[in-house]
Amino acid sequence: MTAALVLIAVFTLATAAVALSLRNLIHSALLLIASWFGIAAFYLWAGAEFVAFAQVLVYVGAVSMVVLFAVLLTRRSRADTVIAPDSVARAISAVITGVAVFGVLVAAILKSSLGRLSPAGVPALPGGTSVSPVIFAPTATVREIGIQLMSTHAAALLIIGILLTVALLGAVVLAAQDGSESKQESP
Amino acid sequence: MNLAVIPVAASVSEWSDSFLERLPLLARDWMTSWLPEPWRWLVNSLLSIAVILSVFGLLFAYVTLAERKILGRIQNRPGPNRTPIPFTKLRFFGLAQPFADGVKSLTKEDVVPRGADHLLHFLAPVVLLAFSILTFAVIPYGRHLVPVELNAGVLYFFAAGAATELAVFMAGWASRNKYSLLAAMRALAQLISYELPLLLAWVPVVLVAGTLSTTEIVAAQSGWQFNVIPHWYVFTPWGAAGFAIFMIAALAESNRSPFDLPEAESELIAGHLTEYSGFKYALFFMAEYFGMIALSGMAITLFLGGWHAPSPYLEFIPSYVWFMGKLSALLLGFIWIRATFPRLRMDQLTRFAWKFLVPLALINLGNAAFWSLSLHWSGPLQILRWLISVLVVVGPFVLLGRKLSAGVAPRVYRYAV
Repeated sequence: MTAALVLIAVFTLATAAVALSLRNLIHSALLLIASWFGIAAFYLWAGAEFVAFAQVLVYVGAVSMVVLFAVLLTRRSRADTVIAPDSVARAISAVITGVAVFGVLVAAILKSSLGRLSPAGVPALPGGTSVSPVIFAPTATVREIGIQLMSTHAAALLIIGILLTVALLGAVVLAAQDGSESKQESP
Repeated sequence: MNLAVIPVAASVSEWSDSFLERLPLLARDWMTSWLPEPWRWLVNSLLSIAVILSVFGLLFAYVTLAERKILGRIQNRPGPNRTPIPFTKLRFFGLAQPFADGVKSLTKEDVVPRGADHLLHFLAPVVLLAFSILTFAVIPYGRHLVPVELNAGVLYFFAAGAATELAVFMAGWASRNKYSLLAAMRALAQLISYELPLLLAWVPVVLVAGTLSTTEIVAAQSGWQFNVIPHWYVFTPWGAAGFAIFMIAALAESNRSPFDLPEAESELIAGHLTEYSGFKYALFFMAEYFGMIALSGMAITLFLGGWHAPSPYLEFIPSYVWFMGKLSALLLGFIWIRATFPRLRMDQLTRFAWKFLVPLALINLGNAAFWSLSLHWSGPLQILRWLISVLVVVGPFVLLGRKLSAGVAPRVYRYAV
């Protein structure tokens, strides 16, 4: 089990590191996707099936496309995907952003009620796979996640949904600004 | 991780444990019984993988042949019929054709453009094929035949299928060909557009069955109404609508005609496959057919009762035979659609997904919620329940269809005779 964890960790970190060091943006993006796969593998290793598959579905299926499209659509030519070497300003802003995100994540993990969550109040699945009471690792069956999302965290879910919708609408508004010119005649 | 024995569903009949039903398991146990215990599960899993690869490899080979023969029949020509069995003069309608095709694609020259990104150009077909094979792991092929039992099996299936977009992008970008890149962008637009109705179409099933496990979804569809109508989800109003949406989206997801715009050969040469030759090209085709077979298998699992027999009197036929029969029927449907429908235009394609399929799928989700809330209705209320559900399916379909086709359809072809 530990060997698998080490393998997964080395894979994830190595792909992420190589993605950072490569100059070709498309290669970096693809390696970043490989790194997301590593994270999904880690979730599987930790027994969180649902999160692992959701990670693959969302990140590898959708977010990767956004990243690749962004890279392709914001470059003027193919040679432009090879970005120039770092400047000091870019390095500083990267470090600041990274530290900020890392700090927020660590604070969230430390403040979370992980390990204190008891699965006792959740009914077992109809198929007979009962929820095994592990003390420190809360078992997260799909049903339990669904119930949690729809009851305790319903407000958060709604807020995130609204946020994403607003982002989507904003993107549409930005993209459709030159509407009168590009509007094509109806057949 | 091997062919797990599922707890038999509620309706246990005398055939559920017959010899034929357990034949694959018995054969496997007979083959691995001489092994020491710690090795057995490993060899068992390897055996299931080998069986899946060989069965679906052969199925792929013969689906291509069937497709060519049926397309030929529909277009009034014989199709491939001249490949003999080697060293004989026996032709058998060209039954050896897939193997000849395989040898041909293996011995062809593999051309890689000088400007291409060699590694990605090589990796794209490999990634595509690997992920399309992964999807076969969670489909229940028979009462006792599930390669991997997963709590979130349906999610696993669609997560593994999501990586096809990545492979298409890799192929299009790495080829360094403008047609390839254009086609890859088209393909991505299409795949992303139809991913949404595809996912929304199976959510009602999960809602009503109350589980994401494929075996439990199949178990939830066991039994018959009045010993005649099976409890398959396709025989409910929301299930029928969901099945239709699912199959249309599956057509688009597997790049099949009439949604084969990414490789529209009259506009884009061969789309993202333009710079591929030899066996890599064959791998792309293999992955496309595997994807089609896997999506059909998932449609059977979700809507067509999985391996269940359509009638209690037909249960003596083993479950895996039923599964394969349904699979063949769906694949023939795919071929038939390819032969009879013209290709869509790009704007029609995306408009169809976003303005028609997605709203209908969302309404269908509400319909399924109503269906599961009205589960306890009985007597005349049962008729009301069906009536409301049918109305919720048909009403939006008619209204939305009329609204979207206003001013466009029906078309009058004045000069085409």
